[in-house]
Amino acid sequence: MLNLGLYNYWMVITLMMIGLYTVISRGHLVKKLVGLNIFQAAVFLLYISMGFVRDAAPPILTPGVEQYSNPLPHVLILTAIVVGVATTALGLALVVRIRETYGTVEEDELHQLDNDF
Amino acid sequence: MEHLQVLLVVVPLLAAPVCALLPGRRLPWLFAMVVAWVVFAMAVALALQVRASGVLSYALGGWAAPWGIEYRLDAANALVQLMVAAIAAVVLPYAGRSVAREIDPARQGGFYSALLLLIAGLLGITATGDAFNVFVFLEISSLSSYTLIAMGRDRRALTAAFRYLIMGTIGATFYLIGVGLLYAMTGTLNMADLAERLPAVADTRTVHTAVAFIVVGLCLKIALFPLHLWLPNAYAYAPSAVTALIAATSTKVAVYVLIRFVYTVLGADFAFGELSLAAVLIGLAVLGMLTASAVAVTQPDAKRMLAYSSVAQVGYMVLGLSLASVAGLTATLLHMMNHAVMKGALFMALGCVAYRLGGTAVADLRGLGRSMPWTMAAFVAGGLSLIGVPLTVGFISKWYLVLAALEQGRWILVAAIVASSLLAVAYIWRIVEAAYFQGPGRADVKEAPWSLLVPTWLLVLANFWLGIDTRATVGLATQAAQALLGAAP
Amino acid sequence: MSAADALLLCLLVPLLGGAGIVAARSRPNLRESVTLITAASLLGSVLAVLAGYLHGDVPTVVLAEPVPGLPISLRPEPLGLLFALLASVLWLVTSVYSIGYMRAKRESHQTRYYLCFAIALLGAMGVAFASNLLTLFVFYEVLTLSTYPLVAHAGTPEAVRGARTYLGILLATSIGLFLPAIVWTYSIAGTLEFTPGGLLEGRLGDAEAALLLGMFVLGVGKAAVMPVHRWLPAAMVAPTPVSALLHAVAVVKAGVFTITKVVIYIFGLDFLAGVPAERLLVYLAGFTVIAASVVALRQDNLKRLLAYSTIGQLSYVVIAAMVLTPLAEIGAAIHIVAHGLAKITLFFTAGAIYVASGKTRVSELDGIGRRMPWTMAAFAVGALSMVGVPPTAGFVSKWYIIAGSFQNDLYFVLMVLIVSTGLNAAYFLPVIHRAFFRTETVAPKYDHGEAPWPMVAALVLTASLTVAFFVFNGPVVDLEKSIVGK
Repeated sequence: MLNLGLYNYWMVITLMMIGLYTVISRGHLVKKLVGLNIFQAAVFLLYISMGFVRDAAPPILTPGVEQYSNPLPHVLILTAIVVGVATTALGLALVVRIRETYGTVEEDELHQLDNDF
Repeated sequence: MEHLQVLLVVVPLLAAPVCALLPGRRLPWLFAMVVAWVVFAMAVALALQVRASGVLSYALGGWAAPWGIEYRLDAANALVQLMVAAIAAVVLPYAGRSVAREIDPARQGGFYSALLLLIAGLLGITATGDAFNVFVFLEISSLSSYTLIAMGRDRRALTAAFRYLIMGTIGATFYLIGVGLLYAMTGTLNMADLAERLPAVADTRTVHTAVAFIVVGLCLKIALFPLHLWLPNAYAYAPSAVTALIAATSTKVAVYVLIRFVYTVLGADFAFGELSLAAVLIGLAVLGMLTASAVAVTQPDAKRMLAYSSVAQVGYMVLGLSLASVAGLTATLLHMMNHAVMKGALFMALGCVAYRLGGTAVADLRGLGRSMPWTMAAFVAGGLSLIGVPLTVGFISKWYLVLAALEQGRWILVAAIVASSLLAVAYIWRIVEAAYFQGPGRADVKEAPWSLLVPTWLLVLANFWLGIDTRATVGLATQAAQALLGAAP
Repeated sequence: MSAADALLLCLLVPLLGGAGIVAARSRPNLRESVTLITAASLLGSVLAVLAGYLHGDVPTVVLAEPVPGLPISLRPEPLGLLFALLASVLWLVTSVYSIGYMRAKRESHQTRYYLCFAIALLGAMGVAFASNLLTLFVFYEVLTLSTYPLVAHAGTPEAVRGARTYLGILLATSIGLFLPAIVWTYSIAGTLEFTPGGLLEGRLGDAEAALLLGMFVLGVGKAAVMPVHRWLPAAMVAPTPVSALLHAVAVVKAGVFTITKVVIYIFGLDFLAGVPAERLLVYLAGFTVIAASVVALRQDNLKRLLAYSTIGQLSYVVIAAMVLTPLAEIGAAIHIVAHGLAKITLFFTAGAIYVASGKTRVSELDGIGRRMPWTMAAFAVGALSMVGVPPTAGFVSKWYIIAGSFQNDLYFVLMVLIVSTGLNAAYFLPVIHRAFFRTETVAPKYDHGEAPWPMVAALVLTASLTVAFFVFNGPVVDLEKSIVGK
């Protein structure tokens, strides 16, 4: 059922698909990493938007506020963002090394160079 | 020692950056080796405690479960922890000379640091009782594996590591999505608590989707056919010590997570009854066993051949756990341990060959039976175990697996198991023929050095020992299987 | 020394002997002495176990328990004692023969050769004395793996290829059919111990029982029932002593021995008698006998002829076991001995001819009886035993098998025996005729007489045993009567 009220989930799905598509269809290694990042960002949005409580304040302790949004997803996503950063950093380091060693960062050219090896 | 459960993870985690700062070539290795042995001692102590008193629980930071992160140790993960720690303790002495030859000296500190992080990550996965914590440690171990693999000599190690990175991250992120959806439905991340709360919401599409994401994500890490494409290159081009360690541990730890998730969190009835996970997993496992073994026969490089063999062996493990019986689960847990011993020995033997020859192409192995007798004898012993010759651990695993399949009257599965064993004969025997019966010994090649042979032979002897005296392994596996299937945590 | 110690020694002696052989590898005379001493000690141990058994001492020795409830254990029993005795006596004889052969041909890798022989005999002892199917399987595989280097010994491409076929078929059948059959038996019966009267009575339907039996018969590839027989001709690339002891005695007899034990002690004669589909296996074995003899007719290479003859003779034992009458079971046991003695003689002569004259083909053997009278006389004795003519051992076993089939009115078996006897005569007698009654047409490479004396001594001994068995088979028959509970 098309519940457009839950538009956050629609956005998440759209971003996820964009991200995955980019990873699969693009041959340039950096673009793959970008796609991976988009995919991961979609997941972050999934978690955070899930934690939102209607008519509640952001989860920062403020005197006089009774209702807070759920802080746990924020915490989880902080961890996941760090993981994502580490992954991207590692991925980019690999891309740099690949560029140095092979001279290219296009997947099909790499494939060819590897097979001729 | 009430903090032992968490120390097991914290010690290697803290040791890693220290290792990166150590100067020189030998010091990082020695330090890492000592840490690995300390960790092994801790794992043994924990396993004995679990044997005696059942489930051990530890609340991180004093925050009680289910709001805090709980480290929960029962027979199943004690077994896996022990396996990881034991393999690490054996591979690290081996790594000294092997790594010194294969990796740039300036990078040794970083290498051992990453190795310790890998061990910390794997142990963390097995130690924790919190679903999100599993993700964190999964990524820690994965990131360190990408680094370690990329350090291989061959330039294809870089592309292999990159591909592994992409696929592994997608897998881990799938797992994350699944856990998130489960959290949305139940409000908890603690696995024991999830098990209690899930039945109430189990029939929703959300939970079904969550399960699908988690299973697919884990299957990517497990390298279950057809999500195994990252494995052959990653194993083939990584440094020898790294291949030996990850081949023996990473996929098994991922299988453990799947078992924990399916049996503890979901419960066997739900997973196999309502969701019919069994059909999918069994089908893919059988396909994996047969196609991977068949491809292994055609490989010109011995390391790659064993990598495909690992994909097939993982199929055995998934097959066992999909049978949803105590016998099947025992077979899987047993095979996890036995395969670690088998593949560890095989890859270490190949590492000895690579140390002397610089490569592991089957064509280069001609006559090596004469020049490197101990190394090739180790390989033959591991190979016999892989085939399932009696008196080796491989036979014991096969016995339990066939018995489990026969208990349920599934003759097709028996046929599949037998067929892939026969294919194993084909690919192992190529090496045996090349080494012993195809050409004279190579005069320029000497036997591998002691520090490489001793750890290799340690695992080879374990192969035979644990194939004859199976009380410890079978006992642990059966206890774990009964706990997983019988009682809720 | 107690019977239990003797039993353990039967395994330890070949193992220690193997270590001794490796230790003595740089001094050939010492190494060969180690082999001879080991073989003699093994014979002594087996005799000690036999003596204990005849006095009522039947120990069970447990070696290990890899699967809880399934030990690897040994226990002497009549069929096993027979097999062990045969193998150990003939190992001693073959070792003498081997020394002559290996030195005359100046073969390489002799240490590996003698070592693998020792391990193979270890396997044979384990198979003979196994008290349950798991133990038997373990040592069965030891036998397969230890004989592989012996088949591939020459190292030539044909040898490697032949060895690949050998290993491929034996491992495929044992892992593919034998092991699942064992696991199935275990899951039905809860145990794998060899039990008089059988384990499976009442637990298995007729169709399933026939299927299980079929899995055993084809899974025990060493029995060379068609179509899993191709490994035997392929193994003829091995040096002749290997073909003689292993592929006429140890390996092949381990196969038919296993089938006989499975029929008697796992299934039980009474149970199988009530399974009609069991007849199908009788027909399969009968077909093997006839087909193998027909193929043998067309062989010119002497060893291949003997290989196909062996396939046929092995199926005699299988048929006899499947006839399910007491007399036939005794006949099966006796034939294990009779065929072993006669075939080893025949292979010894083939090796002697090869060493002395370089000839391998029947067509080249015209007149060779003049140059090698002792050798060809032994050949004649062995051939007559194959045909089943008195006063040779083959006659005794054929007698029992025929009597057994009469007990059951199995005229098919009778017919198979008669036809195959005719076929055996058809391919063996011409060889004898050529050797003695024709003049030499193919001049040998050099003037030669008999083969080196160790070889001739060995083959004369086994030929004499073949004749002696005709006379002195009483004790053996009495021993084997107890397997069918008489």
